[in-house]
Amino acid sequence: MTGTDFTQGWVNGWIIAIVLINLLGCLWLLWWTRKRPEDHIAEGESMGHSFDGIEELNNPLPHWWLNLFYFTIAFAFIYLTLYPGWGDAKGMLGWTSHNQWEMEVEKANNRFDRVFKDYAAIPVEELAKDPQAVKIGQRLFGNNCALCHGSDARGNLGYPNLVDNDWLYGGSADQIVASITHGRNAMMPPGGGLPMTEQDVLDMTAYVLTLSGRKGSGNADAAKAKFAVCSACHGADGTGNPALGGPNLTDNIWLYGGTEKAIIETLTLGRQGKMPAFKDTLGEEKIHVLAAYVYSLSM
Amino acid sequence: MAKTHEIVEKNVGLMIVLTLVAVSFGGLVEIVPLFFQKQTTQPLEGMKPWTALQVEGRDIYIREGCNVCHTQMIRPFRAETERYGHYSVAGEHVWEHPHLWGSKRTGPDLARVGGRYSDKWHMDHLYNPRDVVPESNMPSFPWLFDNTLDGELTGKKMETFRLLGVPYSDEDIAGAKAAVEGKREIDALVAYLQGLGTTLSSKR
Repeated sequence: MTGTDFTQGWVNGWIIAIVLINLLGCLWLLWWTRKRPEDHIAEGESMGHSFDGIEELNNPLPHWWLNLFYFTIAFAFIYLTLYPGWGDAKGMLGWTSHNQWEMEVEKANNRFDRVFKDYAAIPVEELAKDPQAVKIGQRLFGNNCALCHGSDARGNLGYPNLVDNDWLYGGSADQIVASITHGRNAMMPPGGGLPMTEQDVLDMTAYVLTLSGRKGSGNADAAKAKFAVCSACHGADGTGNPALGGPNLTDNIWLYGGTEKAIIETLTLGRQGKMPAFKDTLGEEKIHVLAAYVYSLSM
Repeated sequence: MAKTHEIVEKNVGLMIVLTLVAVSFGGLVEIVPLFFQKQTTQPLEGMKPWTALQVEGRDIYIREGCNVCHTQMIRPFRAETERYGHYSVAGEHVWEHPHLWGSKRTGPDLARVGGRYSDKWHMDHLYNPRDVVPESNMPSFPWLFDNTLDGELTGKKMETFRLLGVPYSDEDIAGAKAAVEGKREIDALVAYLQGLGTTLSSKR
């Protein structure tokens, strides 16, 4: 910020004038109500002012107390000069809430940057064995990831479980870092992009169920040929494709539920999964430590 | 001095006037200048007003009392900027009538919640927060998924905002009803939440 922040010139003078009137007014009030010898009323005597049997006595403030008040007024002038107080004056200390925040951040960075820098030199796989790094990663996880993946990282319906060693986009260190850094966008169109009647959905569900050794109410054989379209993402044998995030359909681990009903819903409505990118939020070094924590979960 | 203060004490009218003078100092010097400051009166560069759907979402946010438990005010402390993102600045709120800063955090601050979670997460979470955050004590809002908007008043609301200085065009206002009609309340609320605090970089 340079120059004045006021849109009108008079505001500056307005602030200074009212602050001065206020401070000098307090000073005058203190002076005016102090014990005055010329009143010739002894301490503890009546001031001649009574109402309803209650009488005002001459009980002046003790000197030390009165002087404290004078001191606060002197302090106000010092304070307003050190800090931005007189209109748009910046104050002798140059304090702003922004640079106070910057100092706080810098102090923390000086302390923690080294830690993250040291960790950055260690490969994720190794770092995952360092209990302290994992602990820091867990904190980052709690703050940024737990909302979807759960505080125990076991996920939820629609949000992947990170402890079961079953990965949509791959569980290598690089793949985990890439998922956190750039996020992931998964999209399964309704019917896998094919126009499907209700019977088609039922048949395909039956076929999908056979992949994990189960049976559905539809005719699995009828849908087998159509699975060629699904195999673009799920692989010809249904074991998935981590490059596209196509889930493995044979391992009986289900992101959106593995009951016949849930699979019918998935086929009918399609699914959209979105993992936000944390590149800007966390930065490379923190993502490195976070990835080590996630990696350690399925080690 | 003996009886000078008696004048004030025995004239209620005079006492009221002098009391008003005394208590107005703070407001005159702390509040009045805020109306004449660039950082409190000018919008942030690149800031866009709420869309029609977001205006309705914001009203639902107010109706459901979200601001009672969630603030929209990130203070300039490291502990807050680490968790929530860049601290809030006045320029972000010049089009907010009324502002929804809140005063108590039972839940987390929402000033920069926009883009942090997917739309689906918000829907799952608002339908039943325990579905995604087992330890949550936030109420469920299932009716948002049943209620739909008719958009009858959306244009009027935006006109009022324009009166208060929000730069809506005639087309924005004319198209308001069509933009929200038939949409579910949840869609409006999520659109609003996803727009919160996105003008300023979310970099922490």
